[in-house]
Amino acid sequence: MPKHSLLALLMAGAVFAPAAAIAQAVPIGNPVAGAELYQYECAACHQIGEDAEHRIGPHLNRIFDRRAGSHAEFRYSEALARQGRDGLHWDFVRLDAYIENPRSLVSGTNMAYPGLEDPVERADLIAFIRAFSDQPQNIPEAAPTAFAPEVRLPPEVLAIEGDPEYGAFLSAECTTCHQRSGAHAGIPGIVGWPEEDFVVAMHAYKKRLRPHEVMQNLAQRLDDEEIAALAAYFAKLGRD
Amino acid sequence: MKLNRRVFLGTASAAAAALSAPAVMGQARPRVVVIGGGSGGGTAARYLATDSDGALDVTLIEPSRMYYTCYFSNLYMGGFWDFDKLGHDYGNMALRGVNIIHDWAMAVDRDAQTVTLGSGGKVSYDRLVVSPGIDFVDGAVPGWDVSKQSLMPHAYKSGTQAQLLKAQVENMREGGTYCMVAPPNPYRCPPGPYERISMVAHVLSERNPTAKILIVDPKENFSKQGLFEEGWQTHYPGMVERIGPDFGGDRVEVRPDEMEVIIDGMVEKVDVCNVIPAQKAGKIAELAGLTNDAGWAPVKPEDMRSLMDDNVFVLGDASQQGAMPKSGFSANSQAKVVSNVIRGELTGSRVFPARYSNTCWSLIATNDGVKVGASYEPGAEQIESVSSFISQTGEDAELRRQTFEESIGWYNGIVADIFG
Ligand SMILES: Cc1cc2nc3c(=O)[nH]c(=O)nc-3n(C[C@H](O)[C@H](O)[C@H](O)COP(=O)(O)OP(=O)(O)OC[C@H]3O[C@@H](n4cnc5c(N)ncnc54)[C@H](O)[C@@H]3O)c2cc1C
Ligand code: HEC
Ligand code: HEC
Repeated sequence: MPKHSLLALLMAGAVFAPAAAIAQAVPIGNPVAGAELYQYECAACHQIGEDAEHRIGPHLNRIFDRRAGSHAEFRYSEALARQGRDGLHWDFVRLDAYIENPRSLVSGTNMAYPGLEDPVERADLIAFIRAFSDQPQNIPEAAPTAFAPEVRLPPEVLAIEGDPEYGAFLSAECTTCHQRSGAHAGIPGIVGWPEEDFVVAMHAYKKRLRPHEVMQNLAQRLDDEEIAALAAYFAKLGRD
Repeated sequence: MKLNRRVFLGTASAAAAALSAPAVMGQARPRVVVIGGGSGGGTAARYLATDSDGALDVTLIEPSRMYYTCYFSNLYMGGFWDFDKLGHDYGNMALRGVNIIHDWAMAVDRDAQTVTLGSGGKVSYDRLVVSPGIDFVDGAVPGWDVSKQSLMPHAYKSGTQAQLLKAQVENMREGGTYCMVAPPNPYRCPPGPYERISMVAHVLSERNPTAKILIVDPKENFSKQGLFEEGWQTHYPGMVERIGPDFGGDRVEVRPDEMEVIIDGMVEKVDVCNVIPAQKAGKIAELAGLTNDAGWAPVKPEDMRSLMDDNVFVLGDASQQGAMPKSGFSANSQAKVVSNVIRGELTGSRVFPARYSNTCWSLIATNDGVKVGASYEPGAEQIESVSSFISQTGEDAELRRQTFEESIGWYNGIVADIFG
């Protein structure tokens, strides 16, 4: 994601979400403002919502996660169709780029739209469009509905070291798969490891050096202190 | 220096300080009642009892003496898992200090803070956890109701229904048709119906290779669709046909006594018919006044607390929380958050920010496992999905076998986490 738009998103989130002690998921944007923008910027060419049909542009229902140029009944430019064949799928980042400047993403597109400069407006618009695509409660793999909070806990809290009580709480997320008994079958045992090995392994998932997506996804939102707390907890579990 | 995290986490700690007083003064222990001993309620009861080390009085109300998991019931149908291995009893939970009442919760009086049992007795609570799973929407599939579930099983609450459907598939006439009436969103386990199709296809391709499978589906698309369709094409070519809403998949009725399915006015004779109707929260959630017009119990994203009552938490399938799919994994994950929050409020223990996650595996054929998963964070109004992953089409056989083995690891992990 271009840096400036991420910043804008975070700002948009700060305006939109109520102030909270705990970092919340950052909304994509404000869908109510987005609805208004849609009427003004897109509705002349694109229908969306129940019974939407192709007009000058294709309808935009279920556009998230869709391969670009993939409505068989719509006549796309060769340029957009080719991007689709190359594997372009619509997600937040691609939609954002296309709406900002259609030709930057698809040089020969025949979407005659000059582009929307303001990143906050684009985020609001995309938040509105997101609601007409698949929802994760029905299709878990569907595009995310928000962004992960940048900081989960205040910095003072992050200064705590290897907190065993917090480790115990965090470990509950792990024991759905890794048994407390340390059993090693199908999923490796993680009980009683030297803390350092544990920490190194978790960071390797976090950095995506180790390939497994289940663990990458889980490690991604653990910070250093949380990993330390988990390492301490599981090491102790092995000694008890 | 060790800082106390509670200081930073606002409201919960203030309430906790006030509420923890009675326990400290040696009066009766605070009482938590859990309705439903499945994935959500079972996890909550266990964690509340073990983590509070006896400081809480935890009562679980669950009519069955054995919990048969829905997860892996499809694998049982495919011949990959034993029926007995689906069943789990409450012995260990009792040993861990949970007071288990094998009875139905019939009513909840939220003013008096009591639950009425089938036997007529009453149990009072300081906090109530409601995790009753799903019930079916009356009249969702015209012609079908639970009195017809032996002719046209749903097999969507596991146990005997799964046994019945398996027997019907195995005894189907040669070249016959198995029909599934798939549910509309939202329903428990988004990939569940399609994993079942895979398992039925596996059995039929071995025992009855000229048989056909017909899916009548009101939904345009479904979870892991690309993976399932690729797998059906590879392992069971030509066997599975799906009718979506564009061809009347959303206009279906059944005649169980005639074994007929009427799709958009066209009558189809079928040999086995698996009707999975539209779903809503388990009845007791509605009786307790916790549900909305959609039939689900809305909750706060940060702690699964009912929007209708601060003393009540709703977990798992019955809740309406946002982006998490209705799954055993989700229910288990939510239960740990709730358990931490309730302990904090009643005993003054530390309350940590919610962490939610989910991974769902499915088996397509022998050693051909796939997975989908995501992380979730509380948003302002609902739980949001912030990242997701899914197995890819065209993965090599070794990776798929490993994914299947992981799913067995997960099954053994989650049942140990709840019932072990
Ligand atoms: C075929 C199939 C496959 C599945 N596969 C998976 C999978 O691979 N992975 C996964 O994570 N999930 C899977 N699921 C989904 C999973 O089974 C559910 O999402 C999960 O069980 C929900 O937990 P729960 O606590 O909400 O409800 P349940 O686990 O259904 O528990 C509800 C409990 O409440 C009890 N109860 C109901 N009413 C009352 C009352 N009035 N008083 C007292 N007790 C009551 C019931 O007896 C029951 O024990 C699958 C489901 C199906 C049908
Ligand atoms: C003047 C008409 C017009 C306007 C205004 C317009 N579009 Fe388009 N849009 C099109 C056309 C035509 C295409 C097909 C482009 C091609 O084939 O290259 C298209 C394609 C798209 C696609 C790709 C669809 C697909 O199936 O791959 C997206 C996404 C899209 N537009 C979004 C938007 C949004 C959001 C707005 C408002 C900010 C907007 N468009 C404004 C005409 C328009
Ligand atoms: C959804 C199931 C699941 C959950 C939940 C889970 N893990 Fe894992 N974990 C796995 C799998 C599968 C592997 C094997 C990954 C691989 O092949 O690299 C693994 C591997 C690991 C390893 C490396 C093991 C080795 O032998 O190299 C560590 C350490 C680990 N997990 C820690 C954790 C921690 C800590 C948590 C909780 C925050 C957690 N896991 C939660 C499934 C899970």
